[in-house]
Amino acid sequence: MRKIFIYLYCISFFLFMPDVVQANQDALSQEVQELRALIMEMKDGYEARINEMQVKIENLSEQKFIEEEKAELEKELELLFNDKDDTSGTSPLASTESTVLPLNKAVTNQFDTSGTGSWSPSQAISLWSTGNSYMNISFNGLFTAAGSTANDLEMLETGGHDPIQRGFTAQNLEIAFDGAIDTYFRGFSNIVYQLDKAGETTVEVEETYLTTFSLPLNLQAKAGTFFTEFGRLNPTHPHTWNFVDQPLVNGRFFGADGLRNPGVRVSWLAPTDNYTELFFTVQNSQGETAASFRNNDGLFGRKAVGTRVRNTKDFLYVPRITTMFELTDTQTLLLGASAAYGPNSTGTDKDTLIYGLDMFWKWKSKYASYGFPFITWQTEVMGRRFEAGEDVDANLPSDVMHNWGAYSEVTWGFKKRWVGGLRGDYVDGLKDATDPSGVERLRISPNLTFYPSEFSKFRLQYNYDDIIGNDNTEQSVFLQFEFLMGSHGAHKF
Amino acid sequence: MISKFLTCIIFVFAVSWASAAYAKLNIVASTPDLGAVAKEIGEDKIKITNIARPTEDPHFVDARPSFMVKLNKADILIEGGLQLEIGWLPPLVMGARNNKILPGQPGYLTASTGINVLQVPQVVSRAMGDVHPYGNPHYMLDPLNAKIVASHICARLCLLDKENCKYYQDNLKDFIKRLDKKLTEWEKMLEPYQGTKIVTYHRTFPYFAQRFHLEVMGSLEPKPGISPSPSHINNLVPMMKSEGVKLIIIEDFRERKTPEFVASKTGAKVVVLPIMVGGRKETDDYISFVDYNVNQVVSALKNE
Repeated sequence: MRKIFIYLYCISFFLFMPDVVQANQDALSQEVQELRALIMEMKDGYEARINEMQVKIENLSEQKFIEEEKAELEKELELLFNDKDDTSGTSPLASTESTVLPLNKAVTNQFDTSGTGSWSPSQAISLWSTGNSYMNISFNGLFTAAGSTANDLEMLETGGHDPIQRGFTAQNLEIAFDGAIDTYFRGFSNIVYQLDKAGETTVEVEETYLTTFSLPLNLQAKAGTFFTEFGRLNPTHPHTWNFVDQPLVNGRFFGADGLRNPGVRVSWLAPTDNYTELFFTVQNSQGETAASFRNNDGLFGRKAVGTRVRNTKDFLYVPRITTMFELTDTQTLLLGASAAYGPNSTGTDKDTLIYGLDMFWKWKSKYASYGFPFITWQTEVMGRRFEAGEDVDANLPSDVMHNWGAYSEVTWGFKKRWVGGLRGDYVDGLKDATDPSGVERLRISPNLTFYPSEFSKFRLQYNYDDIIGNDNTEQSVFLQFEFLMGSHGAHKF
Repeated sequence: MISKFLTCIIFVFAVSWASAAYAKLNIVASTPDLGAVAKEIGEDKIKITNIARPTEDPHFVDARPSFMVKLNKADILIEGGLQLEIGWLPPLVMGARNNKILPGQPGYLTASTGINVLQVPQVVSRAMGDVHPYGNPHYMLDPLNAKIVASHICARLCLLDKENCKYYQDNLKDFIKRLDKKLTEWEKMLEPYQGTKIVTYHRTFPYFAQRFHLEVMGSLEPKPGISPSPSHINNLVPMMKSEGVKLIIIEDFRERKTPEFVASKTGAKVVVLPIMVGGRKETDDYISFVDYNVNQVVSALKNE
């Protein structure tokens, strides 16, 4: 009997056991699920809280900055007012420090973390330097190999940085420095080395100037020695040009090195919706970098008379206006007008006026890759009114000379790294001129440029030179190469 | 005559000043993706101008002077911060003569602060191509980074426009909530394809790949900024075959010849993605932009 119970028990055990286990398992998995849900909920909650905290921290730190600023201001004010009563406690040094510091503090504490301690990748980078240095340095080398039907290539080429002989020319070896000077100014300097035909190295200070960051009333000032803001090509450096040599008209009116001198420039950005900027430059008017003005060599066969600054009449005055239109989403047009007015050296009261119109148009694909493809068209037309003084020794009377010239160039970035270009050049003849530097000329220059990268280029150019005034034609071929090391300054549009 | 001219100028000043005083906050963003995130926070309390076009290569943007005018009137400039803009932004800021947006001022915002930057080079040399010395600047392709940028922008807007701070904070919360919800969706969509091997044209997509667990095996460019060369492609093709690379991801503005050639040799698929908001008409805000990209990748992998 007992055995039967045992058997029954065993049977029932085996019969019901799975159900019990099952039931247990169900309860367990349900529990696990609940736990999971709970954890997920907690996770969500934590994430939301973390986000919230992040925002809070952000706000708090900003708040802290405001408070700091306030405290600083209070302190300053206190110092300012205490100064009157108590000079022993606060030295003038302390007070200047406290007025300068808040700004710097703001820079390092809050907005520019790259200034503090060692740098880490997650920190912000300031807009103005490529690293932890105060100054960017770059070196640019520009060389050309030339072949020409003319044996005196330097007579054909008007620029100081143009190829000057058959064979090789070191056109431009340029060191450029730039950086923020302090909170108020930005500095730029560019020193150029050249090798002349005799192999002698010469150094010239091309530009050195400061520019203000933020003057009131939308004004900006530039002071130092710099290229005059006249037209589009004159203010730029040879390595940014689209052709191996400079346009004839620039060479003739502005001289081999372009129009540049020590001086001051003020510009005003109009508060209109489209871009319009007015420039006004005052510079010295003497020297070889002001060729149409008080050049030491005189002009039109006359000797130089006066080249010293006597009063404000002896400066060079250069107004310029430029304005821009967005024609379509991909096309931009810039128009400009400039004038340069100053005395020339052929007499004590003789003046020169150069005036010019310029335009620049650019199309760039909506889907530009590496900046390609694009088409640009740039044209400048210039005229010159030159009052030539009387030169008794040379038997030349006083006279007024009118001359003009123009160039127009098209570049086509037809394929990544490849740019084709075509330029037409014209200058009229100067009175009594006999050599190519003064007679009427027409020049056509097609070229092709290959950019292995932004930092190097190779350029092949052909010049067909119709020297109309001499009834002569000359042809030249140039192969140019350029390299750039160091910081790469942003391109001007 | 002169007095008339002067009155005219004074009038222009007065009008511009008066209109500036009552206008919305003017924000200039260097790229449209930064602008799009700012839009989420500021909505109709701000006015946004983007400098780079959404379709073009952001490394090579023209410094058109019209942006000087925009920057001149800006209250805030948002810059990416990893030298993506070094070739075109500095002269614009210099020409803008606006003290408010200079580095160190509250109106100058570096969006990359706090972002875990990828591919920071140990040694910097141009022999390695156009490497960004501070690391890869295409961080906005990872939606989590957009959260960080959004909170920076919110904080800055609060600082400059305290009255509407609550509004900005609410927008930030809402944006983060929407983004988080979508992020789980996106992650789920791409979960089956974890570890998929890809090749990109330029090093544009490491942040995107990292977020969604794709493995970048190489790029069509031999070095950053250097266009594909035959010898490099020659090495790349066998590697892609042996590794089983499934996708070639390229930006909208790239030429198609090389990627398609490589695709035909390896059996990988070319996927073309916009890299900034507005790059395609379906991508008019930040979330739809990421959504579009994720969907493109998923549908390419689905049809494998």
